[in-house]
Amino acid sequence: MTMRTRTAWLKPMARTKTDTMHEFSLMQSVLENVEATARQAGASRVCEIRLVIGEMREVMTDAMEFAFEALAPQTISEGATLTMTLVKPRSRCGQCGVEFEHDRFHWSCPDCDSLATELLAGRELHIEAIEVDLPS
Amino acid sequence: MRLDMEKPILDLNDRLAAENRALLNGHGIFMLDLLASPGAGKTSLILATIEQLRADYRIAVIEGDIASDVDAQRIKEQGIPAVQINTGGACHLEAQMIRRALDALDLESLDLIVIENVGNLVCPTDFYLGEDLKAMILSVPEGHDKPLKYPGVFQAASAIVLNKVDTLGCFDFDEREFRISVEQINPRAAIFPVSAKTGSGLGLWVQWLADRIAKARTGQE
Repeated sequence: MTMRTRTAWLKPMARTKTDTMHEFSLMQSVLENVEATARQAGASRVCEIRLVIGEMREVMTDAMEFAFEALAPQTISEGATLTMTLVKPRSRCGQCGVEFEHDRFHWSCPDCDSLATELLAGRELHIEAIEVDLPS
Repeated sequence: MRLDMEKPILDLNDRLAAENRALLNGHGIFMLDLLASPGAGKTSLILATIEQLRADYRIAVIEGDIASDVDAQRIKEQGIPAVQINTGGACHLEAQMIRRALDALDLESLDLIVIENVGNLVCPTDFYLGEDLKAMILSVPEGHDKPLKYPGVFQAASAIVLNKVDTLGCFDFDEREFRISVEQINPRAAIFPVSAKTGSGLGLWVQWLADRIAKARTGQE
């Protein structure tokens, strides 16, 4: 068996100057996807972006707002309204079958205390829809 | 006019991660993504783990840091290939960065890649990199209440290594409380109290990892 020793250094990824929170990466992806969809439809302007975010995700809506304000200018989404709908975690008990809402920290079954539960909702992270202006 | 999208925000990252996964499968390589706070002992645990596994597996390490290459140097000193990714401020690694790191490694001569993610208990949690599993380290000085404060990472981890148990006498760390908190949010997680420094408890963690590698290989065959 030969062991080859190699060390390589990768330079920083060149994206945005302000890319210091992961919400910036997420918002960058949102804006790119929105732009592609809006352009494909021939839209002149994006009026609203609707996101759905599960509360189990490590996503702060304040940080998303901040990233949007920083990244949207000079894109087709400049001036758009950012609407974020948060989804409460919901699970089903594998023992007794009951469905229940819960917070991020407690997802044992409230009826039988079982820990064998299956998460049904709360990890959403998608662009639901956009509202656009089409040239008349 | 309303345009329905239903588009996952992490779609591009997840697709690139799936490509990483396919590339690794092609070479029969197992990839572990290791998450922890700064100073929890990621590099020390990696070095101690490598020491016990290097006779059986050909290993490489991908080091993610905001800046510097001190961690990659520590790995390299042990004769292990290491790729340093400097994120230049970003708080987490993404699939495209891992792809570039994989391109810098000789995949033909590897069985196991360990990713040392950026020291952070929040941001890396939701980013799939193409790994077989995520594991995390919590160190005793950080406190037993961390599962209550950072549930996401404790849920994402298949294994939780409790490091620096040699310092338990110096801190008010309640291991029972810690285990109860973890069980509430991730009952499937395996917990391994270890000291990367003294070597105590490492055997069980290494055996668990070796079992997971063996299972992944069987699954591919």
